[in-house]
Amino acid sequence: MKTHLNKLLSSTCLSLVSLASIAAVLPEDRADALYHYYNGGGIQIDGPSLLVRKKVTGNISVSANYYIDSISSASIDVVTTASEYEEERTQMSLGVDYLNNDTIMSVSFTTSDENDYTANTMNFGISQEVFSGLTTITMGYGRGSDEVRRRGDDVFRADIDRRSYRLGISQVITRNFLVGFNYEAITDEGFLNNPYRTVRYVDSDPGNLLGYAYEPEIYPGTRTSNAASIRARYHLPYRAAIHGSYRYSTDTWDITAHTADIGYTHTFGDPWIVDISYRFYTQTKAGFYSDLFPFQQAQNFLARDKELSTYTDHSVTLAASYEFIKHGWNFIDKGSINLSYQRILFSYDDFRDLRATTPVGEEPLYDFEADVIQLFFSFWF
Amino acid sequence: MSHIFFRFLLAVTCVAMTACSVEPWVKPYERDRLADPIMFFDRNPVSSAYIDHVYEAREGARGATGSGGGGCGCN
Repeated sequence: MKTHLNKLLSSTCLSLVSLASIAAVLPEDRADALYHYYNGGGIQIDGPSLLVRKKVTGNISVSANYYIDSISSASIDVVTTASEYEEERTQMSLGVDYLNNDTIMSVSFTTSDENDYTANTMNFGISQEVFSGLTTITMGYGRGSDEVRRRGDDVFRADIDRRSYRLGISQVITRNFLVGFNYEAITDEGFLNNPYRTVRYVDSDPGNLLGYAYEPEIYPGTRTSNAASIRARYHLPYRAAIHGSYRYSTDTWDITAHTADIGYTHTFGDPWIVDISYRFYTQTKAGFYSDLFPFQQAQNFLARDKELSTYTDHSVTLAASYEFIKHGWNFIDKGSINLSYQRILFSYDDFRDLRATTPVGEEPLYDFEADVIQLFFSFWF
Repeated sequence: MSHIFFRFLLAVTCVAMTACSVEPWVKPYERDRLADPIMFFDRNPVSSAYIDHVYEAREGARGATGSGGGGCGCN
């Protein structure tokens, strides 16, 4: 009797599982060629990014990305404490996705190199569709190893060990409504500060006309952050969509941040897709940040990196996409040309512009605007 | 005792695995709008990876963007 019951349970279970299985699909075969341009705060960065993804068998897809940042920097930090510089960062990635029924397993390797910094990162991920494809659960783990160097110093070498843990859920709510949740924990250990940056402190030496002097930054050797986000897209009664997201982030350096965005996607006929969106970001400063320390070596950890200060930024993005090969040509199924323009305004609450000649600590607060342009072609094959 | 435990384990496994078989409240033939590229969270991965990098290099917050994980190597 017990055996019969067990067999019944097993067979019922197996039959239900087979009914439940809805196969996932690999990403589309696609090639993208992008030119990116950033200009703001005295920094100009541009370069290409090439991304190709292709199925090599029915259940294996490979991807490769080649990316370059050509940097010309005369940022506020550089202008006030160092000299202008130019450099190039090259990043390459290789990834493999393996599909097994409704599960996709992924592994990728990314290497990034510039004259004073090298980073290597491995990422593993698994994605599982459940509830007849209405829910997709993803999990990921990343491990990174960086080497920090300093220009003009052949002896200096420092390492960083990075780990990240990701969990995501994508949920179909209705035939028009999609919601996604993501959580990520990142932990870093090693030399986490920029080897060139300095902090300033009040220097009451009468010979120092500035009234302040500089000393190197000192950061803690570890940092752990936790971030959780929710995002949603809703299809309107006509062919258009609205979308929004919110992210909460906090870390062991006492930085708490809120990110929110909202946008609208509109179509004009089949070929045109136009997006407009607004993004808001705000954060509190790190516990060891100060624009002006009261004296030299005022505390164990010292930072005056504006990215660790209290500040807000606002972004507005306009993007348009035009599909120009609708019925295929040769081995290409379709293609599109895409242009995006983004304007970002950064306003700092406790980072001052030292180019001004005012009494120490009374310099105007720093702000700047940045333009971000992307032009890219996409081909599906 | 071991039989009870085995049956309990089998039943729990069965329920957990067959959670996939709940009646889909959005039928496959009703998912045309969800399949439209305008409903994709990440319609252009090459673009979103770049924008993630732009913000990651200039903001203190990091992670939970929904991308597959990066490693921009930026200081």
